[in-house]
Amino acid sequence: MHKTSTLIVATVLVVASFILHRLYGYLPVTIAVMLASTALAGYPVVRKAIGALRYRIVGIEVLVSVATIGAVIIGEYWEAAAVTYLFLFGGYLEAKTLEKTRSSIKALLNLAPETARIVKNGKEEVVDPKSVVQGDRVIVKPGERIAVDGTVEDGLAYVNQSTVTGESLPVERQVGQQVFAGTVVESGYLIVEAEKVGDQTTFARILELVEEAQDAKAKTQKFLERFSQYYTPGIMVLSLALFLFTRDIRLSLTLLVIACPGALVISAPVSIVAGIGNGAKKGILVKGGDVMERLGTVRAIAFDKTGTVTKGEPEVVSLQAFDIDRDELLAIAASGETYAEHPIAKAIVGYGAKRLSQDIRIPEETNPIAGKGVVFVLGGKTYLLGNRALFADHGISLEMYEPAIRAEEELARTVVIVGSAERVLGFFAIADTVRPQAKELLKALKKIGIRHVVMLTGDNERTARAIAGQLGFDSYRASLLPQDKVAALKELQAEYGTVAMVGDGVNDAPALATADLGIAIGGAGSDVAMETADVIVMSSHLSMLTHAVGLSRATVRNMKQNIVFAILVAVILLAGVLVRTVDLSFGMLVHEFSVLLVIINAIRLMGYGKNTKL
Amino acid sequence: MKHITLQLETLTCPSCMAKIDGMMKKTDGVVKAEVLFNSSRVKAEIDESIVSTAQVKQRIEALGYKVLGEK
Repeated sequence: MHKTSTLIVATVLVVASFILHRLYGYLPVTIAVMLASTALAGYPVVRKAIGALRYRIVGIEVLVSVATIGAVIIGEYWEAAAVTYLFLFGGYLEAKTLEKTRSSIKALLNLAPETARIVKNGKEEVVDPKSVVQGDRVIVKPGERIAVDGTVEDGLAYVNQSTVTGESLPVERQVGQQVFAGTVVESGYLIVEAEKVGDQTTFARILELVEEAQDAKAKTQKFLERFSQYYTPGIMVLSLALFLFTRDIRLSLTLLVIACPGALVISAPVSIVAGIGNGAKKGILVKGGDVMERLGTVRAIAFDKTGTVTKGEPEVVSLQAFDIDRDELLAIAASGETYAEHPIAKAIVGYGAKRLSQDIRIPEETNPIAGKGVVFVLGGKTYLLGNRALFADHGISLEMYEPAIRAEEELARTVVIVGSAERVLGFFAIADTVRPQAKELLKALKKIGIRHVVMLTGDNERTARAIAGQLGFDSYRASLLPQDKVAALKELQAEYGTVAMVGDGVNDAPALATADLGIAIGGAGSDVAMETADVIVMSSHLSMLTHAVGLSRATVRNMKQNIVFAILVAVILLAGVLVRTVDLSFGMLVHEFSVLLVIINAIRLMGYGKNTKL
Repeated sequence: MKHITLQLETLTCPSCMAKIDGMMKKTDGVVKAEVLFNSSRVKAEIDESIVSTAQVKQRIEALGYKVLGEK
């Protein structure tokens, strides 16, 4: 019979027998109804018990079966009916509530793209995403899910990437930019060249990691499982001994039932699955229970600078113009750098493209001078763009601008000077910009009890000092090679205990692996980061880091509450049985109730940090 | 040698895990077995010359757990 219908019939029978018993006492018909109820509710239990015994495993069903059969033999029909019914009903409720703790992860699985629209022989065709191959052109229309990881080849769209990055605001995607499978085109339309398909997409990898993570066991959990292996047979021996000693069969049977370690064994895994689910929804992947436990105990955090606290792309941070319009100066400089490839030039061209209304003009002549800059001709006039050496070569004095230039350099900025053939027109200060939330993040981390935050970087001392000071790091280490970062981490571990390393996962894999906990930020799309890190923050939102640490602590706290509660209930029940105030069915009721409470407590975790903004 | 992943009905008590795990380990032809509680799955490595996927499924169902599918 189907589970739900079994439960309904059993409910009717158990209620009927209860009323009959109350009104008329133990009539033959009352006993018959009770036995029917027991048989119906007890059948699956006994079946599972026998199945288990065949493999010499003593599970909870064996305990319940023995107790039920014992109750029938000694004529306690009501107890037998009540115990089996409560066990069945409890199991049903537990399955329902457990599904809830697992629902965030399940919801994620349902977000996998189901169809893909590809162009084949010039025609559109809807196919299974698994059959798309690398190089196929995939068309995505508004409301549709992108089925592959790839580069936009045509079109413009707003894409909601929350499934991959956890960011809820849609981002603009245009030609040449990366898009991820599993993300949704909200408006606009895209043609994407497939680069990663099927199981290789970032989204598929996320799913795989989360699936594995929910069953990667915490230490506490492993302990509890070992414990329960010996506990159940132990209880059987104990209740047998109790029977031999007291000759009280009822007491022994009650002990069997209340001693089921259900709540205790389930206490850790339910908290962890709810915690991991909460993280996954926000784009934080925690690789399993033991990582969850460790994350909350971190005392010091080391940050790799580039790509983590800074964006890793230089930007123009200030512009000074002398007796010339700022926009005009910018237009001249952007033209001069049009053909250059280095990051500084890109910063100037990018800034120009963003700020200027007219197109950037192409210079008539460009003459790059290695290590110094560029000399170019625009609108028939000659201009210089570069460092001090370039201007010295052309005999233009920088003397009156030196203080201003030095001031910028003290802030670890690179200064690019622009001049005509006769005089200095102005200069740009360019720096790797810090992420806007970095400063607040450090403050927030201090607030939640992280004792030391340190910045590790391959940059020179001056740059490192400027950025570390600006953001409020406790210390910094500059000019580090990858192996130096590993050594620095080991020193930190010796001094502070558990140390986490935060990096972008690209060039700091060894450090991520050395730290007690490797955290990759902006991990979406980086396979290395996903492999080596223990915690992956998919977006580049630094603030997610505090959420991750907080979530881990909340999860561990939740787990402890569950364990303490489960032990308390067991001890109280045991005492109640021994002083004979707890009988069989009441014992079962309390036991099932405690399991449910443990699950419900875990469900609370799913709402953790609901008000945290991204 | 073949890797199989079976999706079971929602596992509610970790003692079911111990049971399925114990059964799998006592089954000839099962080289490695892992029962995943939270995802309600069984992952195993089986020697197909000794035991088939269908037989493994059957044995799990005989223990009282429905196998919903194979992955």
